[in-house]
Amino acid sequence: MADPMKIRATMAGDKVEVRVLMSHEMETGQRKDAKGAAIPAWFIQNVTATHNGKTVLSAEWGPAVSKNPFLSFRFAGGKPGDKVSITWTDNHGDKRTDEATIS
Amino acid sequence: MNSSRREALKGTAVLGVAIAAGLLKPGSAWAQQGGWNKAAFDTKTLNDAVKALGGASPAESNLIAITSPDIAENGAVVPFTIESKLPKTENVAILVEKNPNILAANFSIPEGTQPWVNTRVKMGQTSNVIALVKADGKFYYASKEVKVTLGGCGG
Repeated sequence: MADPMKIRATMAGDKVEVRVLMSHEMETGQRKDAKGAAIPAWFIQNVTATHNGKTVLSAEWGPAVSKNPFLSFRFAGGKPGDKVSITWTDNHGDKRTDEATIS
Repeated sequence: MNSSRREALKGTAVLGVAIAAGLLKPGSAWAQQGGWNKAAFDTKTLNDAVKALGGASPAESNLIAITSPDIAENGAVVPFTIESKLPKTENVAILVEKNPNILAANFSIPEGTQPWVNTRVKMGQTSNVIALVKADGKFYYASKEVKVTLGGCGG
């Protein structure tokens, strides 16, 4: 349903730098529509990144994270060819997992 | 903006069901989920947020670096890089003091991952932005004022 994430995982020295661009509205629940009714909150709550089955980053997000969230982080122990997998879950229970190969 | 209208409608439907089922009070907008600290995301002040995250009285630290623009033209997308040089950093959180709820994002940093994250958050208005770090069981913070010329939370 949701669009795929764009994930880049590249070696930065001895670390792997991962950059992720997710596609999500990240509606805060604070805004009102044209009729003055509150637009319900809809946002990513949990993000998990794994490398070879090991969690390398997990995050809890509130609605203050920008629309189409960008995230970048660095971890040790990866090498070119390894896979990095990212999963998000939003407050509706929707989920999306995408994978990238370290280059 | 057809797509956002569709999404808003869909959101209304889902929320309506949740309210009907008595799961949610209108206004407390979302359901509790496994692994999401609702109490922390509901807080308004740094001290309350720290408490909800299981700590107390954070200490200011100059080993935490916040990199961001000093003036953000568009409050809807303000890029932040938070780096902690504190040993045994376990968590890095981004808090925006004047947002409706102070906590924006909380990252768990397992061993082997650099205490360095880069993301973008919304800011309703000019505000202090606080980087909260949990290292070796204790909480530390650093803050920085970011001026916003166009808010990111308005309707």
